[in-house]
Amino acid sequence: MTFVTATNVSRVYDLSDPWLVRMLAMRPKKLLTAVDSVSFDIERGTTYALVGESGSGKSTIAKIAAGLLQPTSGSITIDGKNLNDPATSRREIKFLRRRIQMVFQSPYASLNPRWRVGDILAEPLVAFGLRSGKKSQQHRVKELLVQVGLSEGDSTKYPHEFSGGQRQRIAIARALASEPDFIICDEPTSALDVSVQAQVLNLLKALQADIGLTYLFITHDLAVVATMANRIGVLNRGHLVEEQDASDLFMNPQDAYTQMLLQSAPRIRPSVEGLSPNRT
Amino acid sequence: MPEPLLELKNISVKFHLRRGQLTAVDDLSLTVNRGEILGLVGESGAGKSITGLAIMGLLDHPGRLESGEVWLSGERIDQQPERVRGSAISMIFQDPLTSLNPLRTIGDQLVETILRHSSLTVAQAKERARESLHDVGIDPDRFDAYPHAFSGGMRQRVVIALALSTDPKLIIADEPTTALDVSVQAQILELLKTLCARRNAAVILITHDMGVIAETTDRVAVMYAGRLVEIGQTNEVLLAAEHPYTRGLMASTPVIDVAARDKPLHQIPGAMPKLDALPTGCAFHPRCEFAEHRCHLESPPQFNNRVACWRAEGEAL
Repeated sequence: MTFVTATNVSRVYDLSDPWLVRMLAMRPKKLLTAVDSVSFDIERGTTYALVGESGSGKSTIAKIAAGLLQPTSGSITIDGKNLNDPATSRREIKFLRRRIQMVFQSPYASLNPRWRVGDILAEPLVAFGLRSGKKSQQHRVKELLVQVGLSEGDSTKYPHEFSGGQRQRIAIARALASEPDFIICDEPTSALDVSVQAQVLNLLKALQADIGLTYLFITHDLAVVATMANRIGVLNRGHLVEEQDASDLFMNPQDAYTQMLLQSAPRIRPSVEGLSPNRT
Repeated sequence: MPEPLLELKNISVKFHLRRGQLTAVDDLSLTVNRGEILGLVGESGAGKSITGLAIMGLLDHPGRLESGEVWLSGERIDQQPERVRGSAISMIFQDPLTSLNPLRTIGDQLVETILRHSSLTVAQAKERARESLHDVGIDPDRFDAYPHAFSGGMRQRVVIALALSTDPKLIIADEPTTALDVSVQAQILELLKTLCARRNAAVILITHDMGVIAETTDRVAVMYAGRLVEIGQTNEVLLAAEHPYTRGLMASTPVIDVAARDKPLHQIPGAMPKLDALPTGCAFHPRCEFAEHRCHLESPPQFNNRVACWRAEGEAL
C-alpha cells in the first residue's frame, strides 16, 4: 500500500541580489532550481533511498517531506493527507507532524548539549501531549532508551557523555518518542565510524521489522543503500534520473549517471588476480 | 627487493595535559618502501593523523614525539624535520579550502613553493609551475585564478600539484578525498596513483575508508587506539585478515550487493576507547570475541611481522 506520495515536487531558491542593486545593474533574477518535479511513491513498511552527490537536492526533498520547507510547486502526501495544502486543517497538520520524524546527520549538532537525555526524550511527549505526569513520562523515556539499546540509567546523563554512535541512538529514540510511522533519515551514519555505522544501521532495520516503520533514507553512500533500501531513486542536479527496486538497480542500472556512480564507488574486495599464490 | 625509504622505529607520541599524559601513538614501527603506496587505516582516534604529523615534525604543543626515531633514506630526520619538510616529504590535507591561501592566486602559491625549495630563477619556477598544473589536469592558463574559482575536486588537484612541485620522495596524504563526492574521489585517487608512479614517489595514504584502501594501496597498516594491529600486502590483509579488529572492520563495511539487504551487518560491540581510558593489556580486548585472560594483562607484540594479537603467537607463517 502506498504510504507516501511525492508528486512533481519542485523547489526553487532565489539567489538574486537585493532589488535595488539588481535594478541599478539591470541584472535579471538569479533562480536556482534545487529540485525539479520529482515524483515517487513509498510503500508502507519499506525503505526508499534517495541517492545523489552533493548539490543533487536530496536534503531539500527530505526537508520538504518533513514539513520543514514548503515546495515551490507539487506536493507530498502522507497516508493520503497533504502536508502542503492550505486546505488541510491545523489539527490534521499537528497530527501528521507527530507521525513524521527526522534523524539528522550529525548527532553532535542535533542534540542540545545542555539538556539531560531524559529531558531530550521527554520533549516530544510533552509537545504532542502524549503522556501527562512526570511518572508516566519517565517510564516512557526508559522504555525508549532500552528500545535503542541504551540503559535506563542513561536518562540523567548529558549528550557529551556518550560516543557518536550512542548519540545517534539517542536521536533515534527521540524520533521514536512520538510513535511515528514515517522516519526521514538524512545521512544518519555519515558522521560515524564504520564499526559504529553497522550498529546504527542494524538498529534501524530491527526497528523497522519490529514496529513496521517506513523510512525515507537520504545518503550518498551506495553501499549503505544496498544494505537498507527496498527501492532507490537516483538524483542528479535536482532531477530524479532513475528509479528502480534495489536489486534491479544494482544488477541493471539504466541511466548513465547511475552507472558512473556505481563504477566509481570503491569496493573492499580486491581483485583476485593480484593475490600472491603461495600463502598458507 | 623493495628498498626502504622511510623507517619509523618505535615512535611514541604523547600529549602532556594538566590531568595527565595521553599516549596517542604507542611504540609504532613501520617501513615505507620506495615508490609504494602504504595505506594507514583506522577509525577516528586511532592515531593515524598524529602519525603523519609526527613524521613531518608538525606536532603542536602539548603533543610531542616522546621517543623513537624517524629515518628517511638512511638519514635520521626527527631532530630537524624542517630540512625535509616540504621538499623530500610533502603533505596533502583533507580540506583543500583550508590548505590553500584564498587571497593569492594558485600560480603564485606554486611559484612560492618551488622557489622556497630549489635554486631556480623566477621565470624557471613559473615554467615549472605551469607544467605541474598541466600534469594534474588543470589548464595552465588558469595560473592567475584564485582558489575560490575552482570546485572541490579541482582545488585538490591544485594541492596535489603543490605537493609534487618539489619532487618529493614521499607524500603523506591525510584523508585527501574524504570531503569529495565519489565520482571525483575516483579521479583524484587515480591521478595521485599515476603521478606518484611516474616519479617513483612513495605515498602514505591516511584514510578510514576500506574501499579506498582496497583500490589504491600496495600495503596496508591498520591502527587501533594508537597501536599498529596489523600490517601486510593489501590483498592479503583484506582477503585474509588475521587481527579480530581488521576482520570486524571488513565485515562491518557495507558492500554493494543485491543480497546485502537480507542479512544484518556484522557489528563490533562498543566503540574505540578514549585515550584517557585505555583498557589494560590489548586495547581491543573489551570488544574482542576471542579475548582470553592473557589479553587483559599483556599487550601483544607483533608476530610474524604482521599482526599484534596473542592468537597469532607460535603460528608459523
